[in-house]
Parts: sequence; C-alpha cells; structure tokens
Amino acid sequence: MAASDPHAPAVDLAVAMVTAPSTASDWLIVLPVVVPLVTGAILVMVRHATHLHRPLTALGLALLFGIDLMLLGRVVAEGPLTMMMGAWKPPFGIAFTVDLLGATFATTAAFVALVATATAGPAINTAERRYGFYPFLMLLMTGVTGAFLTGDIFNLYVWFEVLLISSFGLLVLGSEKAQIDGTVKYGLLNLVATTFFLIGVGLLYGTLGTLNMADIAAKARAAGPEAPLVTIAGLFIFAFAMKAAAFPLNFWLPASYHTPTATVSALFAGLLTKVGVYALLKVTVLLLGNQTGAYTDLLVVMAAATMIVGALGAIAGSDLRRILGWLVISGIGSMLIGVAVGSPGALTGSIFYAVQSMLVMTALYLAAGVVEARAGTGDVRRLGGFYAAAPLFSGVVLVLLFAVAGLPPFSGFWPKAILVESSLAVDRPGLAAAVLVSGFLQTLAVGRIWLYVFWRGGPEGTPDGAIDLSGVRVIENPADRVALVGPVIVLTAAVVLIGLVPTAIGGLAEGAASGLLDPAGFTARVLGAPAP
Amino acid sequence: MNTIIFRTVSPVLVALTLLFSAFVTLRGHNEPGGGFIGGLIAASAFALYGLSHGVPTVRRALRFHPMEIAGFGLLLAGGAGLLSIVFARPFLTGLWTFPSVLGVEVALSTPLFFDLGVYFVVTGTMTSIALALEAREGGV
Repeated sequence: MAASDPHAPAVDLAVAMVTAPSTASDWLIVLPVVVPLVTGAILVMVRHATHLHRPLTALGLALLFGIDLMLLGRVVAEGPLTMMMGAWKPPFGIAFTVDLLGATFATTAAFVALVATATAGPAINTAERRYGFYPFLMLLMTGVTGAFLTGDIFNLYVWFEVLLISSFGLLVLGSEKAQIDGTVKYGLLNLVATTFFLIGVGLLYGTLGTLNMADIAAKARAAGPEAPLVTIAGLFIFAFAMKAAAFPLNFWLPASYHTPTATVSALFAGLLTKVGVYALLKVTVLLLGNQTGAYTDLLVVMAAATMIVGALGAIAGSDLRRILGWLVISGIGSMLIGVAVGSPGALTGSIFYAVQSMLVMTALYLAAGVVEARAGTGDVRRLGGFYAAAPLFSGVVLVLLFAVAGLPPFSGFWPKAILVESSLAVDRPGLAAAVLVSGFLQTLAVGRIWLYVFWRGGPEGTPDGAIDLSGVRVIENPADRVALVGPVIVLTAAVVLIGLVPTAIGGLAEGAASGLLDPAGFTARVLGAPAP
Repeated sequence: MNTIIFRTVSPVLVALTLLFSAFVTLRGHNEPGGGFIGGLIAASAFALYGLSHGVPTVRRALRFHPMEIAGFGLLLAGGAGLLSIVFARPFLTGLWTFPSVLGVEVALSTPLFFDLGVYFVVTGTMTSIALALEAREGGV
C-alpha cells in the first residue's frame, strides 16, 4: 500500500499475515470444503425444487472428486501443503494443512459418496427429499472433507460438529420410531465423545498455547515432563475411539447404522467411523506421538478386542445391515493396530485397510439395500434364493464378502497380511493371532450371509433342492435397477482392482504412514522453519 | 396473546426491532454487535409477529421460506471468502474498498458481506425454529 493511503495500517502486517500471492493451485487445498459447502447452500435455497437436487448434488460431488484427485496429485509430488485462512499466520489464524493421509482419505471419501449417491434416486423417497436429504448429504461431505484437510485441532472439532449435525439430520429423515431410537443413541454417545474431545482441546491449548497441528507436534515434543500431555492424549484417545466405534465404546454403531435408508447407512459406514480413525492416527501418532507410549498396551488390547467382538457380533446377528455394522467394527479393530503399534509397517497396513474398507463397506451396505428392496426385509432368516434370482449380483456380493473377510486376492487380504507381518515384527504375536482369528470368524460370518441370503433355495423352511422365489420381488424399472446395482458393481470393480494391483494404494498408505512418523518434517513444511 | 393492545403495538415493535437488528449488524465490525446477534434480534422480531398475527402471516410476509434465507446467507458468506481468489489471496482474506458515495466515504469489505451472510443464516435458522414451535401450538 502507498504511504499516502489513509487506510494503510500503522504496523507491519507481514509479521502476522501471509503476503505472498496464493496461486490457483494453492486454492486446491480449500476448494474441497468450499465446493460442497456452496452446493449445500444452493440446495437449501432451492429446497422446494426437489427435481434439481439430484443433478446439482451429482455435479457438486463430481467436482469435489476431481479437485480431490488434483490435490492428491500435488501432495504426492510436493509433500504436505498448507493455506492460512484469511492470510493470518498461525497462531492467530487457522491453517488448512493437507498431508498424504488426509488427501488419500478425502479422495476416497469423495469417490465413495459420488458412487453411492447414484442409488439415492430410487432409494430416497419424496418425503425424505423434501426434508433435505441432498443438502444434508452435501453438508456431511463438507464436514468429512474439512476434518480430513484441516491443520488446526479446534477447527477439526468444528468439522466434527458439522458432520455430526448433518448425520443427525440424515438419520431421522424417515421419522420412523426405529430411526429416532437409533438417532438418540448415536447422538447422545457422539455428544459425550465430542465433549471429551473439546475438553482435550482446551487443556492442550492451556498447556501448549497453540491449536495449530504443526505447532502442537513441535511443542509437544519440546514440552517438559510437567505438562499433562499424557492425560490429554488419553482424553483424545477416548473421544476418537468412541467415534471410531472401538470396543468397548462400540455399542452405538450396531444400534443406529441399520435404521436409515440403505444409501445413508452405506455412506455412514464408509465415511464416519473412518473420520474417527483418521483423527486417532493424526492426534496420537503425528501430534502426541511421544506421549502415547503409556497407552500402547491398552490400545493393543482394544484393537484385538474390537476385531474379535466385531466378528462375534457379526456371527450372532440376524439382521443383514446389523451384521454389516458388526463387520465395520471388526475392521476398525484392524485399523487400530497402526495406532497401537505405531511402526511404519503397521501404520501402512492400517491406512491401507481404512481406504479399502471405505469402498468395501459402502458397497456391502448398498448391496444390502438392494436385497432389502427386493425382498422387503433385512432378516436373514426370512431371506433366501438370491443366487437363483440374481446370479450376477450374487457373484459381485461374494467378491465383497471375500474382501471383507480378507481372503485373497481381494482388497482386504493385503492390509491384513501387512498387519500380521508388522505385529510379529514388533514382537506382538497375540495381536497377529487376533488378526488371524478375527479373519476366520469374519469368514464364518460372511459365509453365513452367503448361505442364508444367496445360496439356499428360499427362506427358512424351504425344503432342500426346492427353489422358492416368491419372496424376491423384481425391480421393474430398468433405470432403478441400474441405479441400485450399478454402484455396487463399480465399487466392487475398485475392490478387485485394489486386490490385484495393491501397490498403488499400498504406496499411498506407505507414504502417508511415513508422513505421520515425521512430525519434524511436517512442522517444517507447514510453518516454514525448523522446529525450535 | 390475542389482545388488541398486543396486536396493535406488535407491527411497530417488529419494524423497530428489524431496524435495530440492521444497526447492530453493521456496527459489529468495530464495536459490540455483528451478524450473529443481529440475526437473533431479527428472528425475535419475526417470532413476535408470529405470536401476534399468526404463523401464516409471517410466512407470507417473508415471501421466502426461512431455511431458504439461511441457505442464501451461507452462500453469501462462502462467496465473500471466495472473492479473494480473484486477487490471488488466501481463502477468506479481508478485502477492502472505500468508494465515495455523495461525498461520504463508505467502507465496503468482504468481512461485511461475511457478516451479512451470518446474519441471514442465523435469521433463517432461528425464525424457522421459532415458527415451527409457534405453529405446533396452534398459532394464535
């Protein structure tokens, strides 16, 4: 600004503000949040023109996926990227910081949402559309993406709130008794977790005087033993483990995820618990990595118990989507191994598992939606005959069931192999055994789904050899059939591709894991100076 | 609530309250006030009008559904942040211009539009909740 300008500030703003011009590619960092936010705002404005909702949402999600891909490309090439909101430098301003972990998760989330939303055409009824399914969906994506991309821990709390409020909305859309019951459990337990998270953030700010993640990573390692960082880490672990549905904080998930429409529960299963896992990885490994040693044994037990309890719950269940909910929990256990062990190999396995789990679990919930749409029930005892009615669809689901159980050559196999190997490498044979036992139990659980829903001739009571398809309705409208089954096939194709060419996702996961284990490099990239 | 005194006074009160909400919002940049509190004041005006004249009258007077107003506010706030892309500055950077209107210098800025966005979001959301609650009670 010229000296004669009467509005020129009297102080040197360059100390506190970013003065270098931001290029268009810097905007890639923030656009993944802005695009769904603006789309959501427009959808709220045209809330009565429900016929516009679907194309606008598809456009917004396609744009989001494209931007996420470009962002991922840049992060792979250049390392962590950062943009200071309002040009204010930390600790005054809020920074958006994208590392490989966040970019990978955000891209997968956008892909999953884009594909899954295609099923919303026939699956979401007019009343649910009027109550705002699509606006809630876009705001949910705003929250999920914001949580993956932010570089400020209080801002992470804000995005958690955004995605929670949107998910409350999506859960109660149908206003049925079971949905309201599920929402109360989900809402209450998540509010408890959020409160603990907020208390942790407050204590952290009081102790270190900063909320910027890169700054925290540096200061937590420089702090003396009098700083209560172990307590703070405990609060964060409790809060995020609850959000990730880790044992023994998992009971809200099977109580709520099966109540909304299949599209909604597919998105929840694919995205929401992974946000909890992401936050757990980021906070316990990157930010407070030197403080969580006290919790290693606890986390190891938690990971093993989550895997086993999830798989046992899946064997005991009788409702199709509830069984899938237990399988989600079992998968969360595998993802916790990285948090517990903290070695590069275990982290790689966990991140790999999380990425493929987003695809597999979403696809399985969507497939359950197809089964429920055709049979009118999700009770496995009253289902049957799907192999005779729809052999191609059954084959696709079999691939997904193999993937979730971790059978080769599908996507679940590779991360499990990595996890077993890295558990043995750090001398935790019990953990490796838990992975294998839970894999065996999961195989039993998915075998039961396959046997009951697909293989046998009809519902319970059908004699051997007979085929009773009276309970299986045909979806008459071919457009609806494509919209319901198409996304399952697309996601399964991705699952098969990951299984056959594991190096692509494996490489990303490895890069993300080494990024998590290099806090000094992360701090230097974000704050532009080596850690003091 | 359906007394003639209340019904006569409330339109005047509503007009004054709305004017005051605009005043509070605009003074908010440098002094206590701003979009959030301004929006609450505006929503209380609509809630008052709903009590005295009934919810359908408020909905007619507003023309747009309160949620649509909230969506517009969100768009306005997001747009105010996006404007800095043109000037190669990071998202949400405050941009200022001081045009002279009839000899008086007017400070226009993106924070102002962001605040107006907040004003509409809060007005829309709170009005929506208030009207839903008043309608549940059977209106007037």
